[in-house]
Amino acid sequence: MMRIVAMAIASIAGLVMLLSPFFPDLESVGAQSSEIFNVIAAIAFILGAGSLVKVNLSRIGRRDAGWGYALVTLLCFAITLIVGLGKIGVPPNPQFAATPWAGEKDAAGSAFAWIYEFVLTPITSTMFALLAFYVASAAFRAFRAKNREAMLLLGTAFIVLLGRTFAGVWLTGGLPEWASGLRLENLSMFIMQVFNTAGNRAIIIGIALGVTATSLRILLGIDRSWMGAGGGSA
Amino acid sequence: MQGVLGILERLDRRWVFLAMALAVAGPILVMGITRKTLPETPTDASRAVFQAVQSLPRGSTVLLSFDFDPGSAGELEPMGVSMARQCALCGHKMVFISLWPLGGQMIDQTIKKVLRADFPHLQDGVDYVNLGFQAGNEQVMRVVLTDFKRAFPTTKSGRATADLPILSGIQRVGDFALLAEVSAGYPGSKEWVQYVVSASGGKLPMVSGCTGVQTPQLYPYFPGQIRGLLGAIKGAAEYESLINAWVLDPANAAEIASTGADVGVSAVIPPKYLEAQRRMGPQLGAHLLMVVLILLGNVVYLAQRRSQRRAAA
Repeated sequence: MMRIVAMAIASIAGLVMLLSPFFPDLESVGAQSSEIFNVIAAIAFILGAGSLVKVNLSRIGRRDAGWGYALVTLLCFAITLIVGLGKIGVPPNPQFAATPWAGEKDAAGSAFAWIYEFVLTPITSTMFALLAFYVASAAFRAFRAKNREAMLLLGTAFIVLLGRTFAGVWLTGGLPEWASGLRLENLSMFIMQVFNTAGNRAIIIGIALGVTATSLRILLGIDRSWMGAGGGSA
Repeated sequence: MQGVLGILERLDRRWVFLAMALAVAGPILVMGITRKTLPETPTDASRAVFQAVQSLPRGSTVLLSFDFDPGSAGELEPMGVSMARQCALCGHKMVFISLWPLGGQMIDQTIKKVLRADFPHLQDGVDYVNLGFQAGNEQVMRVVLTDFKRAFPTTKSGRATADLPILSGIQRVGDFALLAEVSAGYPGSKEWVQYVVSASGGKLPMVSGCTGVQTPQLYPYFPGQIRGLLGAIKGAAEYESLINAWVLDPANAAEIASTGADVGVSAVIPPKYLEAQRRMGPQLGAHLLMVVLILLGNVVYLAQRRSQRRAAA
């Protein structure tokens, strides 16, 4: 019974969303469905937090390899949550000066803003910056001209790598106007706008057809894999 | 293998890491000391972003969606800063939103860095507003298509949007003069095109700034659905140089001053508006090193293949 109810909700919501752009009368129903989705998405944050705590607590409990990292994760999560919900160090809201906790949780000077600026920002930026080192190492060890296709890929990579910096201008900027198409920065743009666009359009159209087929299967109740274990296909 | 080839074959990857560190640190130090930047030749895609903002009538309301977080701020923050700066210089109103949880703070930083610092005459709620983050990804986009304030009932600081002066003429997203999107991934420019720009029947012009990884995926939408495109830090540097050139042109001084801004008449551009151009230095160093490493790696590979053939013979 529960499966039928879930399938009916999914099918009706999906059909409303599908038809609302074509029928003005359904527009507001479509917007309402979207709002319901937003509420569900907000609840998903709570579920996500619960899942994070559960997974990491069990890792600590079992003393799995790297359980110390799980402990650090939980500690950081708890501190950020307490600081954010408790609005620790938040300056008062000038509009409601007498009301406690009326200020913004991430206003300048609050503990939450401090965590954001001096912990989260450096950590995420560092993670992103580390990519440059691993990409350089991979380029040295793995980017080999083993066959004709790999050589084409290498040539394209050189043009784009050089064309996206001042090196392109410096190396080929002296070419006469009639040969300006051969300047590295122009070649780089040509590759992006012609070859890349053609390939990406093909992929986008292919994905769109795949999504349409999958969506139809879900709407018609043929594909029930989204219900998890026990769902299956008809 | 012997000699240099042997050394290269056995090269510890920590030397590659060190070379990358030097290739990036060198230009940062040189540009920091000399305060000079590399010249930029803007592409059509970057010019189109500049023109899209420039061609709007003064007082137009622009929707700026900052869909990124600190992880990609290195590439995208200068774009956000430049977009806000150009809008302010042109006298446009700015409505900031984000579909990324940390986007609200990125908006706050931009407002503090650009609007409060250089355009103190602009009023929060009248000339600009930060509506912060809204959960729901594509569903938020679907709601803003019919009722913008329904998707964003309050500002980031908790003020009701229903009676905000800046949103007085805004019923749906199509009422904005321009959508300026800064995108680091999902949800981002691609979703805005698919769910909003296409659904508005092309009535809502959109420009986008995105990470290098996303750029190839967005080119199929340029210049149709996306009128202008800034690809990675290179695009940001080109866009920044276009704005700086416009600001430094004495012919535009009167126009800029008429918006109430006290910037633009100075011949010196503050370092915060040269950030993207400065970052092209380390990018040049890193790209050149990558080319050298790929070449060296292939020299080693060819030498290995030759010695294997000889041994087999």
